[in-house]
Amino acid sequence: MLKGWTGTLLRVDLTNGNIEREAVREDWARDFAGGRGIAARYLSEEVDARVDPLAPANSIIFATGPLTGTNSSTGARYMVVTKGPLTNCMTTSNSGGLWGPELKFAGYDLLILEGRSPAPVYLWIHDEAVELRSAEHLWGKGVFETEDRVKEETGFPDTRVTTIGPAGENLVKYAAIVNDKFRAAGRSGVGAVMGSKNLKAIAVRGTGAVEVADPAGLMQAQWAQKHALTQAPLTSEGLPGYGTLALMNVVNEHGALPTRNFQQAQFEGAEEISGERLVETRLQTNKACFACTIACGRVSKVSEEGQGRYTLNTSPRNWREATEGPEYENAWSLGADCGIDDLDLILKANTLCNDLGLDPITLGATIAAAMELYEDGVLTDKEVGMPLPFGSGEALIALTEKTASREGFGDLLAEGSKRMGDALGRPDVFMGVKGQEFPAYDPRAIQGMGLGYATSNRGACHLRAYTISAEMLGVGDAEGPESPVGKGELAAAFQNVSTAVDATGLCLFLTFGVGLDEIAPLMAAATGHPYTPAELELAGERIWNLERVWNMQAGITAADDTLPKRMLEQPIPAGPTKGQTSRLAEMLPDYYAARGWSEDGHPSQEKLRALGLG
Amino acid sequence: MTSATRTLQIHPDRCTGCKQCELACSWVQTGTFQPSRSLIRVHVFDEEASFAPYTCFQCDEAWCMQACPVNAIDVEPDTQAKVVIDDVCVGCGLCVIACPFGTMFFDRGSHTAEKCDLCADDPACVHACPTAAIEYVEADPVGWISAFGEKVDAGRRDSLKGEL
Repeated sequence: MLKGWTGTLLRVDLTNGNIEREAVREDWARDFAGGRGIAARYLSEEVDARVDPLAPANSIIFATGPLTGTNSSTGARYMVVTKGPLTNCMTTSNSGGLWGPELKFAGYDLLILEGRSPAPVYLWIHDEAVELRSAEHLWGKGVFETEDRVKEETGFPDTRVTTIGPAGENLVKYAAIVNDKFRAAGRSGVGAVMGSKNLKAIAVRGTGAVEVADPAGLMQAQWAQKHALTQAPLTSEGLPGYGTLALMNVVNEHGALPTRNFQQAQFEGAEEISGERLVETRLQTNKACFACTIACGRVSKVSEEGQGRYTLNTSPRNWREATEGPEYENAWSLGADCGIDDLDLILKANTLCNDLGLDPITLGATIAAAMELYEDGVLTDKEVGMPLPFGSGEALIALTEKTASREGFGDLLAEGSKRMGDALGRPDVFMGVKGQEFPAYDPRAIQGMGLGYATSNRGACHLRAYTISAEMLGVGDAEGPESPVGKGELAAAFQNVSTAVDATGLCLFLTFGVGLDEIAPLMAAATGHPYTPAELELAGERIWNLERVWNMQAGITAADDTLPKRMLEQPIPAGPTKGQTSRLAEMLPDYYAARGWSEDGHPSQEKLRALGLG
Repeated sequence: MTSATRTLQIHPDRCTGCKQCELACSWVQTGTFQPSRSLIRVHVFDEEASFAPYTCFQCDEAWCMQACPVNAIDVEPDTQAKVVIDDVCVGCGLCVIACPFGTMFFDRGSHTAEKCDLCADDPACVHACPTAAIEYVEADPVGWISAFGEKVDAGRRDSLKGEL
């Protein structure tokens, strides 16, 4: 087996409690590079694409990469791969923290979880000893309490726990899986899949080693990478200084900050919820994920004025007053998108999302869509149970809790804004793609992002093709954000590279400072297979096409590679990007051509054969 | 302590909790990445929102050395580091019990005690730390640690007086 890999996967059939070890297929490990790639390969082999995401026949895979658990900067990541209930597509949801490396140290590259347990259980992995334990007493508990109690029950304070909250148990369509209390595989409802299997948590303690093929080569490559990260402005100053929230002012000034459910593209309260404001008033310290030399994580407290109003309860044991976050995306979705400019309130709502196990992006965007419907008179106090104008922090907090428990109006919110809009006869309020809500960049203002959203394999997502790097932030070359020219090729290239990075077990934020030129030597030294940048990019393309083919088997067509009418037809009303719409129709043919796909978005047989998928 | 001795100086306020020091240390011990074998550990103080790497600070009294029944712990002359001599160590674990700081470890594989030996005057954890939270500096006899030591000593004298 390639080094960097443990060579073992753990297969758990939750229906009958069978636990088996299996050798990881080495050819797949090599060709799909790791994490997102090999998990997608196993899923496509073992699960029918037409499966109901919440049925026992769906599997959920937790996968690390060859660099997870090594000292490669950001070698912390694991990927959750399954069919997502929000999108009905293959979803690949990524998280950092400490849990992924711990799984490697315990001796496993992947976990494949199948079936459905007859009663709530959690999985406890302590090196070779693996058992399912009752989780009856944890069912209904939040993420924070569950993690603390599971640690106590396992007897080790350094047990790492990944868990769902009440939202996952209640099959909220965008429930998250949260590890180390504040790190989440957040999107597309992976937490609901776990909930549907009656699996509350996975606790891991690993005392073993990750071995690499070429120790000296790895050290050299890691030094080069670490050095490059200290030289690039975004990874040496922007992210450590202000976290991802550094983007709030930048994106707002550009006129690309979606505001009040994408009715505007600038938010008058952006400064109040910016990274700069967080540092001035609330930041306690930076916090790194495992092996990360960037350390963008925020540990924050509510301000003095906010104490009492927004007291945080992240106990029983952890962060008695401080919490983590918010990330840019969450501050946008719970803030600007809902017309809210109170950072204390956002911290509170964000902490609730962590504890309840909700994806804050889709939650905030769904509440924003509901706010628009309320202001249009489609929803009234009677249906919602309270006033719901834009800017209402009280409603945001109350509805976050009701959504996780599916209580009252929360039951509809729990379906996400697409299903909500459809149910209320207003499909136009859904701002997203393939059932999943947009993240925090207006696709009318940044053309490449729009194309990336439309063609993403897991619905609208900023992490599949972050073309904004090249279009706006000065990383690499591209036409400006207002231009559709060359964006087809740009989006495809970004998708391939990002997918490859996801497979290695590293974090996408690396790409603000290094590229596959720096990552390939790490992969080669770790695994012993002579990966080149081109081979890694090809692996990314292979994975992307595999996901696409599976999604098409699930029923996705080129008609789904689109954006809402508001993005295509309704110009941005004011600000520096006034008058812009998304020029998707001009970009999409270029994209299909760059991919070697047919005009109706099918990967050609020729392309699939070239990738070894035909 | 001789004037030439260098020591690990730890700045908890700079630590981000990334564990690069643990990875580097386990690398030196095993040639693999295995934090469970690291001789430096990052402690997380959640309530304080603080992280602190923690390892042997080569104390003068060296209870580990005093407790060892077979003289398997010696002082390395150049660095004054207390080092375990593997082929003398019989794996009794007394040093682990004796150390008041919890920085003696026991490896069940080799059945010997393990401790920080300052990597022969070039500590790997220092190189690995991305935020300079661990520095290898000239021991400062009038720095905060000696002031802290004096304070502890004074307190001990006072309490002893009370008992006498």
